[in-house]
Amino acid sequence: MTSPLLDVQNITMQFGGLKAVDSFSMQISKGQLAGLIGPNGAGKTTVFNMLTGVYQPTSGQVVFNSKSLTGLKPYQISHHGLTRTFQNIRLFKNLTVLENVLIAGHQHIKYTWWDIMTLNKSFSLEEKALNEKGKQILNIFGLYEKWNEKASSLPYGEQRKLEIVRALMTSPEMILLDEPAAGMNHSETHNLMELIAKIRKEFNLTVLLIEHDMKLVMGICENIFVLDHGVKIEEGIPSKIQSSPKVIEAYLGVDSETH
Amino acid sequence: MKTFKIPIVASLVIILIAGSVGMLANSYIQLILLFLFVNSIMGMSLNLINGYTGQFSLGHAGFIAIGAYFTSIISTSVPFPSGLGALPVAGFITIGSGLVAGLVGYFVGLPSLRLKGDYLAIVTLGFGEIIRVSLNNIPFFGGAIGISNIPSFPELNFGGFIIDRFLVALIFATFWAVTCFFFIWRLLNSSPGRGFLSVREDEIAAEAMGINTTKMKVQAFVISSFFAGVAGSLYAYFTNYVSPASFTFLMSIDAVIMVVLGGMGSMTGCLASAFFITLLPEILRSLKDYTYGIDLRMVIYSLALILIMILRPQGLFGEKEIFHHWRKNDKSTT
Repeated sequence: MTSPLLDVQNITMQFGGLKAVDSFSMQISKGQLAGLIGPNGAGKTTVFNMLTGVYQPTSGQVVFNSKSLTGLKPYQISHHGLTRTFQNIRLFKNLTVLENVLIAGHQHIKYTWWDIMTLNKSFSLEEKALNEKGKQILNIFGLYEKWNEKASSLPYGEQRKLEIVRALMTSPEMILLDEPAAGMNHSETHNLMELIAKIRKEFNLTVLLIEHDMKLVMGICENIFVLDHGVKIEEGIPSKIQSSPKVIEAYLGVDSETH
Repeated sequence: MKTFKIPIVASLVIILIAGSVGMLANSYIQLILLFLFVNSIMGMSLNLINGYTGQFSLGHAGFIAIGAYFTSIISTSVPFPSGLGALPVAGFITIGSGLVAGLVGYFVGLPSLRLKGDYLAIVTLGFGEIIRVSLNNIPFFGGAIGISNIPSFPELNFGGFIIDRFLVALIFATFWAVTCFFFIWRLLNSSPGRGFLSVREDEIAAEAMGINTTKMKVQAFVISSFFAGVAGSLYAYFTNYVSPASFTFLMSIDAVIMVVLGGMGSMTGCLASAFFITLLPEILRSLKDYTYGIDLRMVIYSLALILIMILRPQGLFGEKEIFHHWRKNDKSTT
């Protein structure tokens, strides 16, 4: 068996006396679409923050593409090909849609300061290629028409999409989506799911998503991890998760007498 | 050639306009004209940190002082050529002033840019004061008396065709102002420039997208300090005298006013407000004759600032450039 693309080994996050995540492990192989679910406050976003370097795990380590991500800054992790979106949308609000996307292409820029100042050919060619790539991805998400609009002026659902476009622009191997369908209605969610499946194929991506919409998670995820109170209580294929008593207990609670 | 076409045309237009105004006027107005350039460079360079990168610096006068003192000390200790040789020598000294200021900017910025907002403002404010107080108390820098007799630009004589010393200074000032403008302008239209903007907008998101925000902030700070040093160098050449009293906290505040008044993150807005801030107090000087000797100059100046900020809180130009309007139309047709 080949080693997994993302190998999370017993990561723990302790905030003072509170263990937000307790020795959490997961393996995601290349090309997989995995889901991370759990009740509110279970520690899902904390896991994302540890994977992307926003928090340094108190113990344990994250291995991505056979390289340890321990101690790396968020931007370095992004350079390794692991990127994310945010639960509370974090777009560059005052910039245009296209600028938002172009910024994410920065790490692949090869032209030098000399090229910028002299406006020479390698500068203009690379800028043009970057623009085209950005517009092409915007087109997939149906945002091309709005490339010159301010990001903050987009409707909520499109802002979420723009976050995904921006993340894709870093040319990632794996993308972490933090509640991509939050605040979307049924048809928007359905549409988004199709898009995620599409980009996964087109960009050869591995996807891990946090989501509360169970229908959606069960519908598209191949492997699901369930987190409750910072502890992994179950993992497996959707049908296994649906019938797991531990998961049902975490979501619905149990009779107080039997507890 | 694309690289130099627009900057050269811009320089020629500026020299033509400012030169013809200056040649008709007395030396007082000529000095104000030259100060338009110093203040423009000061404003544009601070705009890179405060407006585009979103880091609030209040210590710009410190970097200007470093540039001005470097120029003063070097120019008074090396033989300053008369004739055409003065321009390249002054040019190199100005570059040196910028580099020294940039180097100091690097060492000040590296630790202090970890701070945000008010805290960064306080640290940079403290830095500016440290520079001023040091200059005031170290005999080598002339103490409170400062350094005088800084050579100014000589008259150029091309076989009977004489170029006035004001025009030589103007050409020198124009060269630096245009360099500063196009350096920052081109930077902002490139990937590192967009990186600066992303730091202002959302640092966490910028990091997640692979932007090294610390590096971006330090880069912006160093470039800004470099041009502040250049502005200081021009200041020394135009006034021929520097003293610590010139580089007080008020100078930093003036620079911040230029950035805020013009609109945080607008180059042309910044230029417009640099003009406004340089010219208005001077224009109001003659007011005294009509108000029976009572000096209302600063009162009106302050009132004007307050009124503008109430009527246009986003600054004169907001985030827009003066030619944004036709540029947008241009894009929609292509």
